[in-house]
Amino acid sequence: MSDAMRAETVHVSGHGGDEIEAYLAQPLDDARHGGVVVIHHMPGYDEATKEITRKFAAHGYLAICPNLYSREAPGASPDDAAAAARARGGVPDERLVGDVAGAVAALKELPGSNGKVGTIGYCSGGRQSFLAACSLPLDAAVDCYGAFVVGTPPEGMPLKIGPIVHLAKDLSCPLLGLFGAEDKYPSPEQVAELEQALREHGKTFEFHSYEGAGHAFFATDRPSYRPEVANEAWRRIWDFFGSHLAS
Amino acid sequence: MCTYQTEMLELSGSGKGAEGWFPLTQATVYFDHPVHAPAEHTLNVDLLNPGRGAAARVAMELDPLSARQLATTILAVLDSAPAAVLTGTSIAPAER
Repeated sequence: MSDAMRAETVHVSGHGGDEIEAYLAQPLDDARHGGVVVIHHMPGYDEATKEITRKFAAHGYLAICPNLYSREAPGASPDDAAAAARARGGVPDERLVGDVAGAVAALKELPGSNGKVGTIGYCSGGRQSFLAACSLPLDAAVDCYGAFVVGTPPEGMPLKIGPIVHLAKDLSCPLLGLFGAEDKYPSPEQVAELEQALREHGKTFEFHSYEGAGHAFFATDRPSYRPEVANEAWRRIWDFFGSHLAS
Repeated sequence: MCTYQTEMLELSGSGKGAEGWFPLTQATVYFDHPVHAPAEHTLNVDLLNPGRGAAARVAMELDPLSARQLATTILAVLDSAPAAVLTGTSIAPAER
């Protein structure tokens, strides 16, 4: 089996038909593959997130990461773009859904697509992965420590978001949740509340909360990185996507 | 970044960013995950001029104690400056 891949910047049609930048990584073989939309964290469409996107391709997935800040700061460095987006209140939920829908469509149009697509997001992207899975027909979704799915953001914050736990009834696919037991956003109580909402609506989900880990335990370039927890959680991701996105 | 609290203010002055000096018009202040500092949360300040693009930015990520000391020092320096020097020193919008 070939391990060759191709990774590059592409453009896809996002919310409202806007052309947005995206990073696409795909295996170079003749097989059919499931697709994964990687939703970047609030620091943006950065090197670490592109590395994650390539990791999915290395594991046999068509992976794409849309630059959610394409409109605010085209061509800017990821940290400058994140600052510009923050100053304008962040990414509106409706636009996020439209951009993910565009990324999903782009994956399904690839010759190597098996027609199945899931999402994964980290930090703010975890919430957005849940939001996308409640708004679009998907095959699987992973929420990595997404804050404010449950719970109201602090007063005075200019971001255009609110709690979205009420959308749990619309979840279109199985959900894998990966959380740090020492995280404050989301807290273990908030994770439990989301779990309860999913159970009430009879949704298929699998949550894991890891002791000894807080927020951003996957982030290899940050002091929050917890290698043992991250390795175990990656194993959960491969099992989960392997079950739901394989041909 | 997940605490999401962001304070914004208009200001005037100049900052030196990646492309040299530029006029400042706005600042955001927030306690959240840093991009570069080796900490889970830092006090972050972005001094901006959105009209000149996203790269017109001077960024700081400070540990909380450093941020307090900086804020206190700024106030102390302003308080000790002669009133005669402080008056009439604001930068007019036309100069931005």
